[in-house]
Amino acid sequence: MKYAYFPGCSLKGTGRSYEESLLPVMQTLGVELEELHDWNCCGATAYMSVDEVKACVLASRNLAIAEKTGHRDLVAPCSACYLVLNKTQHYLQDVPSIATAVGTALEAAGLSCKGNMPVRHPLDVLINDVGLEAVKKRVTHPLKGLKIAPYYGCQIVRPYATFDNAYQPMTLDRLCEALGATVVRYPLKTRCCGGSLTGTMPEPGLHCSYQLLKEAVKRGADMLVTVCPLCQFNLDGYHDQIEAKWEPVRIPTLYFSQLMGLAFGMSQTQLGLQRHMMPMKPLAAVAA
Amino acid sequence: MHDKNEIRVGYYVCHCGTNIAGMIDCPAVAKYAAKLPHVVVSRDYKYMCSDPGQELIQHDIKEHDLNRIVVASCSPLLHEHTFRNAVEKGGLNPYFFHMVNIREHNSWVHTDRQLASQKAMAQTRAAIERVQHHKALEVTQVPIHPDVLILGGGIAGIHAALTLGNAGKKVYLVEREPTIGGHMAKFDKTFPTLDCAACILTPKMSQVKSHPNITLWTYAEATKLEGYVGNYHVTVKHKPRYINEELCVGCMECIAACVYKTPKFPDAFNQNLGKRKPVYIPFPQATPQVVLIDPETCLNLKTGKCKQTCVEACADRKAIDFTQKETFEEVKVGTIIVATGFQTFDPHRIPQYGYGAFPNVFTSLEVERMVNTSGPTGGALIGRDGKHPESVGFILCVGSRDVKTNKWCSRTCCMHSMKLAQLVKEHYPDTEVYIFYMDIRAPGKGAEEFYDKSLHMGIRFVRGRVAEVTDWAVTPDEEGKLVVRCEDTLAGFVRRIPFDMVVLAIGKEPHGDSQEVRRLFNMSCGSEGFFLERHPKLAPVNTFTDGIFIAGACQGPKDIPDTVAQAGAAAAEAMVLIDSGHIEIEPNTAFINEHECSGCKSCIALCPYTAISFEDVSQKATINEALCKGCGTCVASCPSGSIVQNLFEDEEIFSEIEGVLSHE
Repeated sequence: MKYAYFPGCSLKGTGRSYEESLLPVMQTLGVELEELHDWNCCGATAYMSVDEVKACVLASRNLAIAEKTGHRDLVAPCSACYLVLNKTQHYLQDVPSIATAVGTALEAAGLSCKGNMPVRHPLDVLINDVGLEAVKKRVTHPLKGLKIAPYYGCQIVRPYATFDNAYQPMTLDRLCEALGATVVRYPLKTRCCGGSLTGTMPEPGLHCSYQLLKEAVKRGADMLVTVCPLCQFNLDGYHDQIEAKWEPVRIPTLYFSQLMGLAFGMSQTQLGLQRHMMPMKPLAAVAA
Repeated sequence: MHDKNEIRVGYYVCHCGTNIAGMIDCPAVAKYAAKLPHVVVSRDYKYMCSDPGQELIQHDIKEHDLNRIVVASCSPLLHEHTFRNAVEKGGLNPYFFHMVNIREHNSWVHTDRQLASQKAMAQTRAAIERVQHHKALEVTQVPIHPDVLILGGGIAGIHAALTLGNAGKKVYLVEREPTIGGHMAKFDKTFPTLDCAACILTPKMSQVKSHPNITLWTYAEATKLEGYVGNYHVTVKHKPRYINEELCVGCMECIAACVYKTPKFPDAFNQNLGKRKPVYIPFPQATPQVVLIDPETCLNLKTGKCKQTCVEACADRKAIDFTQKETFEEVKVGTIIVATGFQTFDPHRIPQYGYGAFPNVFTSLEVERMVNTSGPTGGALIGRDGKHPESVGFILCVGSRDVKTNKWCSRTCCMHSMKLAQLVKEHYPDTEVYIFYMDIRAPGKGAEEFYDKSLHMGIRFVRGRVAEVTDWAVTPDEEGKLVVRCEDTLAGFVRRIPFDMVVLAIGKEPHGDSQEVRRLFNMSCGSEGFFLERHPKLAPVNTFTDGIFIAGACQGPKDIPDTVAQAGAAAAEAMVLIDSGHIEIEPNTAFINEHECSGCKSCIALCPYTAISFEDVSQKATINEALCKGCGTCVASCPSGSIVQNLFEDEEIFSEIEGVLSHE
């Protein structure tokens, strides 16, 4: 199975370990992700809030390039990229003025965008295209005894919930179970981590992440597993400040692809686990 | 006086006060019409529908030997009948009359006086051209069979059946559950009087059972409808109870003797909060007082291997019959009342309220069964954890008033929730009770006072739409509780309030199979799916099919008083038809010129009223006048042009078009 692949800025920067773990894991399952040639930043939440039309143009350039590849779908692992690309496609359909502006702008670059190529999240591909049975077959080091709080974040369930339930999503839960781990009941699985607020308004922003970590600890989780580089950063990168303001809630946060890699027997360094802030103590019992 | 073939038209343009005259120059239009060929009389008048207006027509017919009448005024939906009657009283066939709408189609929708008046002239010319081709038509009378079929044995069906039965009409009451009573049989005390539902319902139920004019068929469904207004043939399917209804006395010894020592299966009547055995009776006052056996759970019916202790227990009456099969029966009726009620909204569709995920989230109907002393908990309010809740939160508008689920208001939930809240407070004065609402709708007699009483009883009201019910605890007193997160819009901040139990006021929807039912009875439905009344204000219980009426919640959400009122209204409407003995069929029906029909059968499947059938002998199609509603679909579709519709013949339509086009 081959898909077009849009990494986005984060996966080449602070979220490097997401890509480092996702590509080999997908390859093991027979999924090839072909990176788009000359892709640009999707604009994420920031640009959409500043200038919707320009933001759509920015995102559409990527869609145009993706459509030219001839692949069936475009996979966008970063939640913000995933949402922005999907939102742009919706706007192209629903708002004629945006469609016109985008068409004109792309034309100047010799491109055109139909907006009909499905933009999918890797979780969607894993559950629906690859299937959990195929995933289970590749598990050589089942994560027995590891207690996971699955954290979806907001952008893959709101406003569009295309492959999972918007309020009680279960795809990540089932994936973790397929890897042999124990999933704890986690009521905050779709609650916002604070997003960019941790940069602009640290107190409320960090409080969001603090609440997520606190509840995970309370529910007995050894770690949180996430799908989004910003969520991972917020949950992993501010423990000193969180402890200073409120209390310590020091558990690590991993990408689901890293968890999969561990279950498939890959090494911690291969999966970029050393890039995370929190020590990987809970993995000592299970990691290769 | 004049050559009887000479067309002599009388033309009248109505001012309708200023409704028409305010935009159209009526005297000018009358003057214009006077100059048209065949127009003998042309007048404008302030109110043509008034007595003097009608008398004017009648006088002119005699005085000027008129044989065609055209009135330009409002919509035919309002006064076509009025003028046809006037023309008939004047001695002319009423179908030599044509009405032109220069109000809804002209003066009410245009703003240019000049252009509107010109348009009125064009419309006038068209009408005058058309009416020349009108033919004398006769209204046909079809006799009405005096019996009535009522579908649905809830309070609506019961009340309609008793009303008609008491009027001496023979009624078939068909109910698909094993007992009549509907939703009302599940209620405890009813608002706003808090009188007991069973106490007022069960006497009516037993009256139905013993009424000489009512044939009660329970555990039965209508499966086919044939015939036409006044002469319906309904096929009813009787589902097997495996019990001989004539022999069973309702002693329930069989239930006690059943090989299942304890009840094991979900009890639907008690909203699956209680359990029942495979042989059961829905509730103690079920009517008829006959048990039934569920083939899905009965050991004998599923495996054939059972000691059949039930049969032993019924040895003296021998009422149990495992060989029973479903049977079909056909009845002839003249009128039908559909009173099939509603179903409740499935709260699983709103996962953020936690129904099904958290054990102590209940629906209002589940709590209704609990507080009922004949319910699964003997009247005690107990969570699924076995404990009595010390705090209860009611969430209103669950599924209703929401673009994501159902747009409409379900009309009774505010009052219903306040009633449940009051009953909880009455039984357990120390329990903290909250109601989360968007608006409190308390219409009708005693309702506002009921709301007031709720406030005085210390029930707390928070205005805001609940965002979620969660088990995420932030403070110590939220531990182990269900936290309702809601913006208190009157206080202006978001609140988190912990409860032991949350109750969802679920809304009403049309039954899941209402589309099949309505197709069976040729009824329309609104965009929400409830059966459609002929007119929202003036004909709330009639449908667009003559002889078929609707009553109760199947027409739209409503409470018991309104349901009973509609049931009585439907019974009265049915009686109008029955007592007049016949129904009049408007002649604007289609007919097939047999010699031109090629037998291609294109028209048959197209007819929405199944009025066209194929004659095997002649190999031609034929239209049942009584079923035909004059929609024109078959006329347009016939490839050989052999179908003609009275009042809409090709000549009539083309002449109208010519009339419009020839007006300069």
